[in-house]
This record gives sequence, structure tokens and C-alpha cells, in this order.
Amino acid sequence: MTIKEQQDTIIEEFSFFTDWTEKYEYIIQLGKDLPLIDEQYKKEENLIKGCQSKVWLHAEHRDGKIFFTADSDAIITKGLVSMVVRVLSGQSPAAIADAEIYFVDAIGLKSHLSLTRSNGLLSMLKQMKMYGVALKARGI
Amino acid sequence: MTNSEPITDSVLDIEKIRKDFPILQTKVYGKPLIYLDNAATTQKPRTVLQSLETYYTQYNSNVHRGVHFLSQQATEAYEEARKKIAAYINARFDHEIIFTKGTTNGINLVASSFGKKFLKAGDEVLISAMEHHSNIVPWQLICEEKGATLKVIPINEQGELKMDAFDELLNSKVKIVAVTYVSNSLGTVNPVFEMIQKAHALNIPVLIDGAQAIQHIPIDIQQLDADFFAFSGHKIYGPTGVGVLYGKEKWLNEMPPYEGGGDMIKNVTFAKTTYNELPFKFEAGTPDISGGIALGAAIDYVQQIGAATIQQAEEEVVAYAFDRLSAISSLRFIGDAKHRSGAISFLVGNIHPFDLGEILDKQSIAVRTGHHCTQPLMDFFHIPGTVRASFAFYNTKAEVDELVKGIEKAKRMLE
Repeated sequence: MTIKEQQDTIIEEFSFFTDWTEKYEYIIQLGKDLPLIDEQYKKEENLIKGCQSKVWLHAEHRDGKIFFTADSDAIITKGLVSMVVRVLSGQSPAAIADAEIYFVDAIGLKSHLSLTRSNGLLSMLKQMKMYGVALKARGI
Repeated sequence: MTNSEPITDSVLDIEKIRKDFPILQTKVYGKPLIYLDNAATTQKPRTVLQSLETYYTQYNSNVHRGVHFLSQQATEAYEEARKKIAAYINARFDHEIIFTKGTTNGINLVASSFGKKFLKAGDEVLISAMEHHSNIVPWQLICEEKGATLKVIPINEQGELKMDAFDELLNSKVKIVAVTYVSNSLGTVNPVFEMIQKAHALNIPVLIDGAQAIQHIPIDIQQLDADFFAFSGHKIYGPTGVGVLYGKEKWLNEMPPYEGGGDMIKNVTFAKTTYNELPFKFEAGTPDISGGIALGAAIDYVQQIGAATIQQAEEEVVAYAFDRLSAISSLRFIGDAKHRSGAISFLVGNIHPFDLGEILDKQSIAVRTGHHCTQPLMDFFHIPGTVRASFAFYNTKAEVDELVKGIEKAKRMLE
């Protein structure tokens, strides 16, 4: 699936929820379910410091694609992180570099990308795109 | 107090008071707003909002210089506000009230001006382990510049200052003590009367960070005998952008100006400038005129209800909140001081404060989460942050009940 298709799928999944409780329970479940990152990568240099919650991001480059794993100490952030990973992981550097992430806003969680939260999710997205930009620039 | 007692808010007619605050009638996510973030900023009564509007619609004009009618009217209103504030905290002189941008600005002013004049290499500045970053960083900056040392009064597990350590740290090398009256993170009320007395016994002046005290505790500055007392207008139902630094006349006269510009001068030539007298020496440039006047209106409002009545009402709601929150399994308080005011900080099980804050927000309950600009304090407790519910006299016991329900729901979702 392309980045756009992944995002549209998530938006469709969320359209079935009738109230905020269901939506958040789903995100929390995503956060609980996924062992997102190998413990060895939860180290200082992979830590994206946010004001309120920590996010770790690890990237690997294989077969012309970038694969991400990530984690957070806050469960709602972790659920959102898992969705961002689902959208961007396994895509080409060029696609990641040029990606427009609109699903977070569309599912009603845009506050997570706002400066008032400064919770690491926005910084993680920037970091992911930087990997894309860097590898794209090297013509990979 | 037990849960079975009827929920009454006895000291004040809170429903009537809540009508004075337009924002308390608003809804968030379709539900009535429950505003428990008063330590961050308080809401504004209609009279404060009206004074802002009246100023801009009827006599907006610059102060202290114009000869025209409006300028005189604005000057009078602005200086009247200064008088009200001086009277409210019982300052000896009106000119001991310096208008600032807020507490941070006031502390920076003292750290810089006092530090320039009185600090030298080898001297010490004494603060506490529970200070807001605003009462840490300005002192770090001036200590670095002067080669002085910043010393820290430690706290115990309950979040109270270790007074025996304070006694030991007080010595002739200390040139100023700067402590908070009430901790913004823990709600601890520090024994500032005792601390000021002890410091004065060694001729050491004391700055009190009053940001979390001014709205909760009646202040008689002469009785307290603090040398400096800084607070923000927006914490006591006034607008943002304006604050007050009280300073004893003798210190303010000895200190050099903080900023240069208009209003703070008596005579300027390129060779030499002489400075204006107090308080204008420390008020360079056009001030926040409307903010100062509206802060005066806020003081009027508080006085009309009575600072002591407000304190009593708040103590009641905070005690009720403490009691109700204690009943939540796996909830633990961060900071458990005997004397406390305003804020209650807590964590629930292993739930990240940020997650809890977000689920409370969805239930239209506004709390603060995070380190509350007191990172060294969070390091002391080995936690990333807390959830903080902070109260004002317009908060009701019914709102506390909603908070408890909200936390229970968040627990079901997050644990």
C-alpha cells in the first residue's frame, strides 16, 4: 500500500467509532499490543525528546526502503506512533520525504501534532522525513 | 470529612460567584468546563474584562507624559491601581510597587540589579529544591557572571524544606535568599516567616516568589517583612502580561536600573543620565497600562469577597479533593506537606501523566500534566512529571466529584 492508501485505511477504520471513548480505547489497544522496538534500540541516541512523553525511533535501510520501529513511554502516544510507523515503514526514501501526513488530523488527534503538546510525535515525524530526505539526496 | 457528608460549599455562594466568570459558563467537547488548572492561570471576572474594555474605548492614552485630558485620566487610573495593590499587600509606600510583566520578570529584575550591585566572587545565593525554573535560572545567570555559587535548600520526601539544612546553609557568604512561598508543583506552603526572620538575623535579604501565594493567602508584606515579593497579575484573576515586584524602598534605591529607556530617566545627555525616582526607575518604556488598571480591578474583586474568605473556601475544596482522591486505589500523591495550598499533584499506578491528562481532557476536565517547570524537583522524586489539579475559590465539590469519576474512567481505559 502507498502512504496515501495506508492513511485512508486508518481514517476509514476510525470512521466506525461513534464516540471518543471507543476511539481512544482502540488507540490505547494499539499502544498496548505492539512491541514496537527492540530493547537494544531504546537508547539515548534514538530518543526523541518531547516535553511530556519520550519517543524512541530506530530506522533501518533495506532493499531501497526504510523500515521504522518506535516506542513511547506514554500509551496514547505509543498508539499514535504505531499508526505513523504503519503508514511510513517499508516505503521508499523519496515517498517518505515527500509524504503529507494528514490522517492524524482526520481522526481528530491533531492536538498531538501541535506545539502545545510538544510530545515528541511531531519531532518523530520530522526525524522520519529527514531519513527519507537524506537517503533520497544520496540517490538511494 | 467523609464521602457521605452532603456536598455543600458553605463559606461562599459559589454558584453566584461562578456567574461573575464568563468562561466558567463555556462548554468543552459539549460538556461544562471543569477548570482545575488555576496554578497555571486563573479565570477572569467580568469586572476585570470590563475595565480592559473601558480603558480602550474611553481613555486609552499613554501615561506619565501627556498634558492632555486622556493622558491624565490614564495616568490617574494606572497610579490608582498601584495604590490599590500597595494597600492590598499593606506595603509601606506606593512606590515600593514596581509594575512588571510578571513573576519571572520581577525575579529577573532583582537577580540582575541586586546581583550587579551586591554579588561578588565567592558569595552565595540560596534557593530551594522546589523552585520554579523562574526562580532558578535568573540566579544561575547572575552567579555565573559574578563567580558566585548557587546553593540549594533540600527537601524531604513529603516535599517540605529541610529546615535544619536551611539553618546550616545560612552563613555570611549568602547575599540573598530566594524561595517560593507556595510550591507550584506540590502545593507545599513554606515557613517563609521563620526563614525571613532567620535570614534577617544575619542581615541577609529575602526574595519571596509569590506566584502561587498571592491568590490563596492574604499577604501583609510588612508583617512578612520580605525584602522582595514577586507575583503575576494573571494568577490573581487579572490579565496576563502584567505583574508586580514589591521591593523595600531601601533596596530599590540602592539597586541600579534594570532596563533603560523612556519613563525611567530624570535627565539624559550623551555624557550622563540621571535616573527617575521610584518606582519609575524600574519601569522603562510604555508599561502595560490596561493590564495594570485591570489588575487593580482584580484586586477590587478579591477584596470585595475577602482574601481570608477565599482562603477558607479554597482550603475546604482542597481538603475535600484530597479526601476524595485518597480513596482512589493506586493513586499516590506527589508531595504530602502538612501545610499546603492550591495545587494537588499525583500519579495513578503506572499510568503516564500525559495519558491521564488527555483522557481527563476528553471529559472536559482541564488539569496540567508534566514537570510544571520544576525539573530538578521531578528528578528528586524520580518521576517524569505529575498530574496536577489546582483549585480556585470558584471550584466546587461537585467538580471534584467529576474529577474523581474522570480518573476512575481513565484508569479503566489505561490500566
